[in-house]
Amino acid sequence: MTPFSYARANDAAEALQLGRDAAAAYLGGGTNLVDLMRETVARPDRLVDVSGLPADIAETEDGGLLIGAAVRNTALAEHHAVRTRYPMLSRAIVAGASAQIRNMATVGGNLLQRTRCTYFYDTDGSRCNKRAPGSGCDAREGFNRIHAILGASDACVATHPSDMCVALAALDATVHLEGSGGARRLPFADLHRLPGDRPDIDTVLEPGELVTAVELPPLRLAATSTYRKVRDRASYAFALISVAAALELDGDRIADVRIAFGGVAHKPWRATRAEEALRGGPATDQAVHAAAALEFADARPLRDNAFKPALAARTLAAVLGGLARGEAA
Amino acid sequence: MSLIINGIAVPAPVDPRVSLLDHLRETLHLTGTKKGCNQGACGACTVLADGERILSCLALAVQYDGRSITTIEGLAQDDALHPLQAAFIEHDGFQCGYCTPGQICSAIGMAAEARRGVPSHVTTDLTADVTLSRAEVQERMSGNLCRCGAYNGIVEAIRSTVAAEVAA
Amino acid sequence: MSIVDTAKQAAQGLMQGAMEKLVPLAPDSWIPGGVPDPLIARKHGLIGTPVSRLDGPLKVKGGARFAAEYRFDDMVYAALVYATIPRGRIVAIDQAAAEAATGVVLVMTHRNAPRMNTPAVFGSSPTAVGPADLPILQDDRIHWNGQPIACVLAETQEQADHAASLIAVTYDEEPSTTSLAGAKANGMEQGLFMGQPLLNEIGDAEAALASAPHRIDHVYRTPRHNHNPIEPHAATLAWVDGGLVIHDASQMVTQQAQTIGEVFDLTPDQVRLTSPYVGGGFGSKGLWDHQVIGAAAAQLAGRPVRITLSREGVYRVVGGRTLTEQRVGIGATADGRFQALIHSGLSVMTPHNSMPEPFILGTRAAYAAPNIALKVEIARMNMLANTFMRAPGEAVGTFALECAVDELAVQIGIDPVDLRILNEPDKDPTSGLPFSSRHIVEAWRRGAERFGWSDRPATPASRRDGEWLVGMGCATGTYPYYRMPGAEARITLTRDGDAVRATVEVAAAEMGMGTSTTTAIVAAERLGLPLDRVEVAYGDSAIPGAIMAGGSQQTAAIGAAVIAAHNALVAELLKLAGNDSGLAGLSPDDVGSVDGGLSKRDDPVRRESYASILSRARRDSVTVTAAGSPPLELMHWSMHSHSALFCEVRVNAVTGETRVTRMLGSFDCGRILNPRTATSQFRGGIIMGLGMALMEETQFDERSGRIMNPSLAEYHLPVHMDVPEIDVIWTDIADPHTPMGAHGIGEIGITGVAAAVANAIYNATGKRVRNLPITLDRLL
Repeated sequence: MTPFSYARANDAAEALQLGRDAAAAYLGGGTNLVDLMRETVARPDRLVDVSGLPADIAETEDGGLLIGAAVRNTALAEHHAVRTRYPMLSRAIVAGASAQIRNMATVGGNLLQRTRCTYFYDTDGSRCNKRAPGSGCDAREGFNRIHAILGASDACVATHPSDMCVALAALDATVHLEGSGGARRLPFADLHRLPGDRPDIDTVLEPGELVTAVELPPLRLAATSTYRKVRDRASYAFALISVAAALELDGDRIADVRIAFGGVAHKPWRATRAEEALRGGPATDQAVHAAAALEFADARPLRDNAFKPALAARTLAAVLGGLARGEAA
Repeated sequence: MSLIINGIAVPAPVDPRVSLLDHLRETLHLTGTKKGCNQGACGACTVLADGERILSCLALAVQYDGRSITTIEGLAQDDALHPLQAAFIEHDGFQCGYCTPGQICSAIGMAAEARRGVPSHVTTDLTADVTLSRAEVQERMSGNLCRCGAYNGIVEAIRSTVAAEVAA
Repeated sequence: MSIVDTAKQAAQGLMQGAMEKLVPLAPDSWIPGGVPDPLIARKHGLIGTPVSRLDGPLKVKGGARFAAEYRFDDMVYAALVYATIPRGRIVAIDQAAAEAATGVVLVMTHRNAPRMNTPAVFGSSPTAVGPADLPILQDDRIHWNGQPIACVLAETQEQADHAASLIAVTYDEEPSTTSLAGAKANGMEQGLFMGQPLLNEIGDAEAALASAPHRIDHVYRTPRHNHNPIEPHAATLAWVDGGLVIHDASQMVTQQAQTIGEVFDLTPDQVRLTSPYVGGGFGSKGLWDHQVIGAAAAQLAGRPVRITLSREGVYRVVGGRTLTEQRVGIGATADGRFQALIHSGLSVMTPHNSMPEPFILGTRAAYAAPNIALKVEIARMNMLANTFMRAPGEAVGTFALECAVDELAVQIGIDPVDLRILNEPDKDPTSGLPFSSRHIVEAWRRGAERFGWSDRPATPASRRDGEWLVGMGCATGTYPYYRMPGAEARITLTRDGDAVRATVEVAAAEMGMGTSTTTAIVAAERLGLPLDRVEVAYGDSAIPGAIMAGGSQQTAAIGAAVIAAHNALVAELLKLAGNDSGLAGLSPDDVGSVDGGLSKRDDPVRRESYASILSRARRDSVTVTAAGSPPLELMHWSMHSHSALFCEVRVNAVTGETRVTRMLGSFDCGRILNPRTATSQFRGGIIMGLGMALMEETQFDERSGRIMNPSLAEYHLPVHMDVPEIDVIWTDIADPHTPMGAHGIGEIGITGVAAAVANAIYNATGKRVRNLPITLDRLL
């Protein structure tokens, strides 16, 4: 770990003040950042501890939820309103990491966690454009089972590892930010970038900008939602494919639907094409597979992950089928 | 300010790079907490921070200034083993013993979570009280790896003690 | 390996070959185990009673001290730098920034490391346990991607780690072989295991296969694996008065002390290596580069050193199991009798080590067949030296063999259990030796009944529960009975009032197998003392003899050494007892140990307690040391452990995910000494087998020779949620020719498991997967 100084911020203003240097980093639960620092992937010269910032979950006036960025993952998953009104979010969180990590990790930090690409982690021995821009990408022709099939670039095929973020993408969340230029709000879908030729930049955050909260809109169909994660062991592994979905039926037709995929792209993948194709149509396996085919029409599988489009489609069909039957909501 | 380790106040390290795990092991010589991967991937370093189970390898010690930490050394009362420690022996919930302190601390934290109603990946009804079935214990303990493969004994030890108390 | 070493190995093989011709012809009574161990007949003692681990209280309190938990005054911390190319030379090392960094005490590279001898590679002598015949930090050569090339010592671990990250190395890369295709193209050699060729040819197996009514002929592949003990490899060491004190994590304490001593030109008494607790090993806790580097750096800096490998470091420095590509051909008559059995293929090694994955070992004694062809060939690759990992050979060999047997059963339309029993041999099919103890048929029958095998879906892919396809599979596991020479035991009887205490010292290792507890049980029983009067000391090179926790042989080696020491003790006590004892005039063969003393075997009234003998002789204690007999029984009988494994899986029809829902191991491993710890051993092996079946793979990038998942997050081990309740039963039939009638059980558990799982997956889905691990994409 490269030497750094440590400062604890008591509020957002203090955090911004402490974090305005380019080489400062905000520290939440540390579950990803400390690991990256130990591997020397991240080398901040100052850590601004924001884990003590407000950690409240409050009802908003319009019936949504405002979640403080320092709320721990466990606290969010166990919150009654989340369990009842946004079950996919509870389920996504408890599908991720381990209980110990969920007890430490913050909501803000979860948004900003970095890829699990093993070439990204291999500071000494591998080329990675995300870690060392312009060095090349050893993952493209290497071990890329967990890598992207959608929205990747020649420079980078990494995936975003979060489960929670897949649910937030499906739920039309809003991210609250504060920076030197003041406060702003960002649709969740706009937070994470596709890699393009700058895979070193994961999000649209400005330098020094701080995530202060995540807001969930009131979303009736979110009460009928779930999250399913497919991975290489029964628990405690990153997703090969995950699906967050919410469904509202009108008879045997789909009145409304929300779908996001994890494990397929550089960002949590909101499946807008599939949603559009399904909305108003029949809730059949066939329709779901057709919609998935549309969503993955541009998929570019790599050496080790050619199974992903089919797996994603089948998983989506099972998830929507389950929701239609009233299971696991 | 200082860290409270098993009830005793100790200074935080001067070097902010020092993890809570290394602070325990190298500075305080409390080596019961184990370093398995130092990557947050094995659970051997699990301790309780204000009763919540965390990974001490991913925790910077300075960040836990003012927090109360319980390690495996803080569980036994005088010479009497914690009931879960005794159950681990009775059910042979370990072989080499290296993951054991982490498993035990984790199980104690898990029981508290279950009592609070925290759901898990295998919880069917997100709104119901938690009963620590075999599957629930397995899922909730999956962050604690055991390469010797003492999982059956660990689950039995937990279900016969701290998990049984949750159901009651 | 040099040509000289290869020749030496071959010569040793010839010598052993000569012995193997003579020993089988000797009468049983000349052979160790020819007369059954008296303990076998004792039915109501401690042996066979479940006993909790004696070190349990210490371990659950976190009080057991592991290698990285010792301290020396003025100790510094080490961090290593690893090469990033597979082969070539170091051109330049920029270490100025590291040397200037806060807290740094030393930067050591090949340029300033002390001159050291190359550690003797494993197998080159009875005590040689070096990883490869490569010098450590002595020249600019790079032999594998990940080789340690620099060591930083600093006042704290954080400082050392940081300084190591500042070292910049320039290489001159040379051509290397890091792909399997490239290694094959370079040519193959006959594999040697312990100096003998991995080759058996009986009859004409190819011709018999070609003409058989039923034929199975497929290639099965297994990837590299890593042991991944949860305790990373570490040593805390110091130079004291010109000698070396090492607190290490070792499953071969004496041999490791000796090998490392030779590196530094030390005499055996100048190296003290202790290793009382080992946080898992599975074959990996031996001598690797890090202990040598740590000791060299400590010498150079004049400070004690703690060197703990990071988890990545474990993958870079500590070798794992190598890959295999195995062909299994079975030809059978119409009713299923094997006519031909072919098991051949390749495993990959480095140019510098001597450990092929000997996957045919289990096949040698598995099934009766008139025509047998077994062969392991070697291809060489530039990589970290591979090594023993739990059941080397059998773990992966049984996957191929037992899947092929299952495929044959499907083809013939016979129950796979019946097919195996049908081909049960009445003597060793390749050596011709009689079996010492083989009750595998009983294990099969009892296992099948308990598991409910008759409920197996007769047709593949015919049972479904919601999204889940349900199937059952079985396989047999096998592991040889070994006993290595060199074991000694030292017994001290000490007077304690009217009673005695015994201390039994063996240079053994305890990695959690339960050795210390089982040794206490066996010693107490043999000495006729209560368990709480016996203390076992182990894990220290200062104890006489050399014992390895490997090859599942430690219990047998200790058992034979304790038998020898006990005989010596009886003789010594009879001498001390003199003519005033009721034992006067008896020879050691006439007396046994009962109830804290010696008594005449056929007239127990003639006895005297240990305490009385010592008291009359005015002795506080008596100490004897003796070595176990040479293990000639291994050449006189064919000695193996066996298992019948049953597995139920559910394969998700949507996602291809496999869950093992039930597992039963029915074992035939001689007499079980401590059912509590034995159950854990069996289960632990089975669980490692589940990992091998479904998820484990060391990702070796064939472009660079670099391991890409050096992490417990990306190398998947089974977690709690992957592991069902595992049922374990055993025949408990004593092998009349082994100490206590027991067999080692550390490795048998993993063998056959991957095949049982693969066969169950076939039964569930109708899909036959011949490459491990069976990940979900292979079942979609």
